Amino acid sequence: MSNPGRPVWLGKPKPVAVALKALALALISAVVIFPFLVVVSTSLATKKQIDANGGYVLWPTEISFEAYHQIFNGTQVARSIVISVGVTVVGTAFSLFCTVLAAYGLSRRGSLFQRGLLSFVLLTLLFGPGMIPVYLMVKQLGMLDSYWSLIIPGAVSAFNIVIVRGFIQGIPKELFDAARIDGAGEWRILRTIVLPLSKAVIAVVGLFLAVGYWNNYFSPLLYLNDTQKWPLQLVMRTFVLQNNITSTAHTIPGYVAPPAQSVQMALVAIATLPILCVYPFLTKHMSKGMLTGAIKG
Amino acid sequence: MALKQALPRVTAEGSESQITPQKMPFLARLWRDAPLLVMVAPAAIVLLLFTYIPLLGSVVAWMDYVPFLGFTGSDWVGWDNFTALVSDPAFWSAVWNTLQITFLQLVLFFPVPILLAVLLNTVAVPMAKNFVQSVIYLPHFLSWVIIIALFQQVLGGAGVVNRFLITHGLTPFEVMSNPDTFKLLLTTQAIWKDAGWGTIIFLAAIAAIDPGLYESATMDGAGAWRRFWHITLPGMRPIIVLLLILRLGDSLTVGFEQILLQRDAVGPGSAEVLDTFVYYNGVVDGSWGTATAAGLIKGVVSLFLVLAANKIAHRFGEEGVYKR
Repeated sequence: MSNPGRPVWLGKPKPVAVALKALALALISAVVIFPFLVVVSTSLATKKQIDANGGYVLWPTEISFEAYHQIFNGTQVARSIVISVGVTVVGTAFSLFCTVLAAYGLSRRGSLFQRGLLSFVLLTLLFGPGMIPVYLMVKQLGMLDSYWSLIIPGAVSAFNIVIVRGFIQGIPKELFDAARIDGAGEWRILRTIVLPLSKAVIAVVGLFLAVGYWNNYFSPLLYLNDTQKWPLQLVMRTFVLQNNITSTAHTIPGYVAPPAQSVQMALVAIATLPILCVYPFLTKHMSKGMLTGAIKG
Repeated sequence: MALKQALPRVTAEGSESQITPQKMPFLARLWRDAPLLVMVAPAAIVLLLFTYIPLLGSVVAWMDYVPFLGFTGSDWVGWDNFTALVSDPAFWSAVWNTLQITFLQLVLFFPVPILLAVLLNTVAVPMAKNFVQSVIYLPHFLSWVIIIALFQQVLGGAGVVNRFLITHGLTPFEVMSNPDTFKLLLTTQAIWKDAGWGTIIFLAAIAAIDPGLYESATMDGAGAWRRFWHITLPGMRPIIVLLLILRLGDSLTVGFEQILLQRDAVGPGSAEVLDTFVYYNGVVDGSWGTATAAGLIKGVVSLFLVLAANKIAHRFGEEGVYKR
C-alpha cells in the first residue's frame, strides 16, 4: 500500500532521499530534546554521580528525589512557587475578564462610540510608551512592591481583544437578534450566547496568557524590590544563572547559600512542568483558528 | 418595554431599514448601548493608565526628572537630554549592537523557519510529522531563564559538550561568556527557541497552495527543485514579505529579556542594546530623562520604519501590514 499522505503522481520516493530526510528530522528533534534530558537526569541523580561526572548526568544510575524534597521542604523556593502560581491564576483571570468584556463590547458595528473606542484599542498596536514612563506610572500609583504591578500594567493586549472579537463576530447575527426580541439584555446575551459559543477561543487566549504570566521575569525584576516577594523565574535566575555566569556571587538577602547542581536542575524542571502540562492543549488549538484569525487581523 | 428597545435595533441592522442608527437620538443610543460601554470600560481604563498616560509621561525626556520632586517639581531642560544622548558613545554603541544583532537574525534566523516548513511539508508520514512539530514548537513556550539555563548545561564551561571535549583531550571552548561570539550565541538561542514556532505560519501558507499546480508541473517534467522554486516559494511570497516587514519595523527591538539575562557574563561592550541601555540608564542609574529620551527615539524611529517598510511592500505589489 502506498502512503495516504503522498499523492500518486509524485511516484515512489528515492530511498536515499527518505533516509536523508529522516536523519535531518531526527537530528532536529534531538537538538531540542537533549537539553531537557540533561536537566531531568541531573535533577534526579545522586550527588555522588554528579560530582563524579563533573556537573551533569546524562542518565542517572540511581534515582534520587533528594533535590525535589529539598525544594519543597525549604521555605524559600517553595514560597516563590506559590507566588508564581498565584500571580498566574489571578493575572490570567483578570486579563481574560478585561479581554472578553472588551471584545464583546466592541463587537457590534454601529453601536455608540464603537469606532472611536476600537481605534483607541488598536492604536496601541502601533506604538507603546516605552519602559521608563510605564515604570514611573506604576510608581506614581504606589504599585511598586505589590503583586498587582505584575498583573495590571500588561493585562490588556489589543492583539488578544482583536482575536476574541473576531471570533464573536463570527457568531450568526440571528442568534443575537432572536435573543433581543425575547428581551435579553447585553449582559444576558454575553452570558448565555457569547460565552458558551466562544469557549474554545477563550481557552486558547487564556492558556497563552497563563504561559506569559508564568514565564515573566522582567516585571518582578523591575517592580519588586522586596526579594521575599520574588516569583519562581526570578529566584531561578538568581540561583541557576547568576551562580554560573558571573564571577561575583549573587545571593538573595534572607536566602541561604546557592544550592547544589541537582537542586538547580530540579528548579528548571519544576518551572518547565506546568508548560508541559498545558502544552497538548496549546498544540491542539494553536495551529488552527488562532493564527488564521490573527493573520486576517 | 424590552421589546420596544429591541425592535429599532433589529430594523436598524436590516439592509433596508427606515431608521438608521445615526438617526436615532443620542440619548436613545446611549441608553441602548450603555451596557456595551460598561463592558469596554475595564480594558479602556487599563490602556489609558498604562499606555496613553505614560505616552504623555514621555515629556520626562525634556525634563531633569527627580522622582522626589515629581512631574510638577522637576525642571524643564529643553533638548539637553537628547544632545547628551547623541554625544554619548555608549548610546551609539548600543545602537550599533542592536543593528548588528538585527542583521545577524535577518540573515541567519529568518530563513530557518521557511526551510523547516518546506522540509516538514514533504514528510508524508503523519505520525512523524506530528511528532517533529510537537517537539520543535515546545521551546517557544519556555521562559528565557529556562532557555539560558539549558544552554548553559550543554554549552557552558562545565556543560556537556566541554566535559566531553576535556575528557577526550580536546580544547574546550567557552561560548556562554565570550564577548566576541556573543551575538552569534544570541542568534543560536533565538533559533532554538522560536524557529520551530515560526514554521506554523509558513506551513499554513504552503497548505493554501493549490495541489493541482504541483500535479501539472510534475506532468510537465518539473523536478522537486523547480516545483519548489516556481510554486512553493511564490505561494509563500506574501507571507514572507509581511513577516520581513514586521521584522524590519522591529529592527530596534532585539530580545531584551534574553540579553538582559546574559549581559553581565559578557559585559556591556558587546551586549548593550537599546532596550538594556534604557533599563540601565533609567531604572538602575536614575538618569530618567536621558533614558526616556532614548526610549522615545527608539519608538519614533520604529514607527517610521514600519511605515517605510510597508510603503516599499506596496511598491513591490504586496499587501503589507495594512492596505493602501
